[in-house]
Amino acid sequence: MSDPSTSPMANAPFANERVLKRLRRRRAADRRFKWYGRMAIGFALAALTLLLGSIATQAVSAATYHVVTFDLSFDKNTFGDVQPDSPPPVDRVYGLVRDDLLAEFPETASSPALRHDLLGLVTRLAVLPVAKDLVRKPAEIGTKRRVELPLSDDLDLFLKGAAARHLTVPVGRVKAEEIAGNVTLTSEATFARLIAAASLENMQPPEMPGTGSILMTAGRSTIRLDSLAPSRVTGTLLTGTAQDFRTYPARARLIPAPESERTVSDLQIAWLLALKADGRVLRVPHWSLLTHTDSTQPELAGALAAIIGSLLTLLVTASLAIPVGILASIYLEEFAPRNRITGLIEVNINNLAAVPSIVFGLLGAAVFLGAFGLPRSAPVVGGLVLALLILPVVIIASRAALKAVPQSIRDAALAIGASRMQTVFHHVMPLAAPGMLTGAILGMARALGETAPLLLIGMVAFVAEVPRGPTDEATALPVLIYSWATQAERAWEPMTGAVILILLAFLIAMNGVVVFLRRKFERRW
Amino acid sequence: MLSELGHLPMDFLLLAAAVTLASFGFIAGRLRAEQFSFSGDIHPNSRPNAHGYFVLMWSLVPVVLIGLGYVLFGEGASRAILRSELPEGFSILTPGELTTYLDTVARAARMPDFLSGERVFDTVTERYGEIRGTVNMVTLLAACALSVAGMFVARRCLSPGFRARQHVESGIEWFLFLCAAVAIATTVGIVASLVFESLRFFSEVPVWDFVLGTRWNAQTNAEFGALPLFFGTFMISFFAMMIAAPVGLYAAIYLSEYASSQVRAIIKPVLEVLAGIPTVVYGFFALLVIAPAVRSVALWINQMLIAWGLADGAVLAAQPTSALAAGIVMGIMVIPFVSSLSDDVIRAVPQSLRDGAYAMGATKSEAVRQVIVPAALPGIIAALLLAVSRAIGETMIVVMAAGQRAQISTDPTSDLTTITVQIVALLTGESEFDSPKTLSAFALGLVLFIVTLLFNLVAINVVKRFREKYE
Repeated sequence: MSDPSTSPMANAPFANERVLKRLRRRRAADRRFKWYGRMAIGFALAALTLLLGSIATQAVSAATYHVVTFDLSFDKNTFGDVQPDSPPPVDRVYGLVRDDLLAEFPETASSPALRHDLLGLVTRLAVLPVAKDLVRKPAEIGTKRRVELPLSDDLDLFLKGAAARHLTVPVGRVKAEEIAGNVTLTSEATFARLIAAASLENMQPPEMPGTGSILMTAGRSTIRLDSLAPSRVTGTLLTGTAQDFRTYPARARLIPAPESERTVSDLQIAWLLALKADGRVLRVPHWSLLTHTDSTQPELAGALAAIIGSLLTLLVTASLAIPVGILASIYLEEFAPRNRITGLIEVNINNLAAVPSIVFGLLGAAVFLGAFGLPRSAPVVGGLVLALLILPVVIIASRAALKAVPQSIRDAALAIGASRMQTVFHHVMPLAAPGMLTGAILGMARALGETAPLLLIGMVAFVAEVPRGPTDEATALPVLIYSWATQAERAWEPMTGAVILILLAFLIAMNGVVVFLRRKFERRW
Repeated sequence: MLSELGHLPMDFLLLAAAVTLASFGFIAGRLRAEQFSFSGDIHPNSRPNAHGYFVLMWSLVPVVLIGLGYVLFGEGASRAILRSELPEGFSILTPGELTTYLDTVARAARMPDFLSGERVFDTVTERYGEIRGTVNMVTLLAACALSVAGMFVARRCLSPGFRARQHVESGIEWFLFLCAAVAIATTVGIVASLVFESLRFFSEVPVWDFVLGTRWNAQTNAEFGALPLFFGTFMISFFAMMIAAPVGLYAAIYLSEYASSQVRAIIKPVLEVLAGIPTVVYGFFALLVIAPAVRSVALWINQMLIAWGLADGAVLAAQPTSALAAGIVMGIMVIPFVSSLSDDVIRAVPQSLRDGAYAMGATKSEAVRQVIVPAALPGIIAALLLAVSRAIGETMIVVMAAGQRAQISTDPTSDLTTITVQIVALLTGESEFDSPKTLSAFALGLVLFIVTLLFNLVAINVVKRFREKYE
């Protein structure tokens, strides 16, 4: 289109000021309209970025976790009776852990409540893998072994700075005096920085009740501040000795949340910092997320059972939906006479593709569980339901692939005397195979992410064992995401994010295969 | 002895029988056919393999039919026999209790050497094991016998002039038809199970109480007024469409009319990523980011209203999970459903219409608004209908982010419940199939199915008409 203003005819009508004004308005409207479009796309992209970004942030924090190392000696007197088939001696191994911790912090010996808090650092079930190892390899009995046990989820979050948010302020060298557990610190360099930081965090002075805590650590000793003045602070010794404050530089940790509103107590933090000063707390890759099964403790839980459950379910789905879908599409595209019944089947398939997935779950609950009495929570039922769910997807994609094969191929085959069946199976299908495979993989990707139908057939049960066959109790990855996401504890959030990334990795891999197949085999006739 | 047979791995045995007998059939047929091809002056009609496949077909079909029958009805038949043999004393149990009892018996019978110590129960369990064993035995024998019979009959038919290939091909065509009919069977299964269970529900709860009642309290088996659920579903879908309709439409218009082909080639697949993300991930996103954000905005609005003296107390409920949060996330999820289909229909509008509009001096936006969109309107409406249907049937986002309280409230920050949330709440957890509580889930499912079906049917027809108009 040529610009009207450049043509010689233009000058006359556009000289009028009113017309020009209207033209400007119309062009402004045009620009605005274009911007609405850009904003819409920007919104969608921003939403996608926010979605993936927030999940990735969570997942990154779950990629590593903290473990505490213990040197345990499995002596023959205690573990002598462990045989390859005996139950894992969880309690006895945990006994060693407990003894080690109690020896490390003798101040807890007097009070059962303190002991309970201390043992909160490492939960009892954390030693289960060690105990199982012991049963598997009894030769280790009588030896000493260094083991890494996951730190309790709340303390792990504290060290990561996620929950019980806190601020670290270096203080440096101080002079310390101790009178019966009360420590007084004085310093030429003033504590002014600490006071400034505390007021920045809106913290009350430590004398006030119900305020957050300020912990001062040097070496493996920690005090909780009771008063804070520019050149002199006093505090109660939580763990360790005042001697450490004379030898090591001190750091202060400001925790704005009051102790009663936190899941970790000041004492637990003090013990943790002492273990850390000993070099016994390590941040390691969180492989147990892939190698452990579900657990009630976030630090022990993993997605292995759900991954295997998902694979078993998909196996059942694939072995049903792909052959049936491809054969059905061949019938509809190549053999079906144009009559009422095939018309009905076509309408049916289009509608089935849009039926909400939860309705398939109802079908599974009523027919497979109710009428046929198949087992609850089993991958075989989940696979059946998902197969019915993705059947329309597979059929529609395969039909498109068959449609894309030109008629001339069929005509040529028929002309040299092939039967219709031979034409289809020897000539048309090989040409349509990449397209069919693409549809099948897309259908499987859909099945992998589907949650609602699996909830209704009971695959939401807590499964602590890796399923060994399609009739065992199992759960699936998306269902695991659902159950972890709806847990109350904070620590589940990053774990859920990490499992979502595992799921998305599977989906991306499947779609990658599709893209590869399309690039490699797509041809235009 | 018989009860030990009850523990047989029937799936594997049947599969093994099918494979073995089928291979025997194939070999038998092929060997026979090879005699024709070498011995005769008559040229055989079909190649030896076709004869082989013909015999294979007839030896396989009986095993497959019997195996299917066993999988579907084996358990039911054994229970029916056991039920008919139970002594008089069991008649005091209600049908529901009897089913639960039989479930326990079946589970116990599956464990080898199970003994509970209770005499009646153990006797029943043992008898059940015997019945299972008999059924397994009869099934296996019948499958093998019929298969061998089929093999012999089929082998008899073979002769040089026998049109084996044609028979095999018509057999395959029947099989293909059966595969296509699975889609029909699924629909029939869905409709039958929903209608059947709903009828049982409506025999206990009047239809009008269900449709128009305003109190929903299904967990305690007391009140089944589903209006709050319909309302919640409507509200959340409405919020979703308030986001998806403008964003999806403008994105589609921009992509089809304004964007260069390079931009389009990047943006379109990226938008479709939104449709490929599992809904449970959206649910987590709603729970993690959007719901807290909605809540803090609502709390801030409350504070502002009070600070300006416009309200005395909190105006917005500001619940931790809210209808608005679920709606926003669901809106993001259905954007690609709107944009993709709208993009297709806008691009299907003939170029001549655009050229005509430009020739009249219209600017691009005027052409879009006054010519192209009206021309594509049926398709756009269909896209919106499909998106609404998707939003109504969506489950995981609302289960995780919308809440459980059945209430009618126009406050977008209060927690509303939906049809799908209640179906999930009613059917997860162990519960017997006969209580009105479980049955009400199927009634809700029926409503959901009908509503989405209507939306889909209308949308599919509109799109079809639209295509016919311009092609």
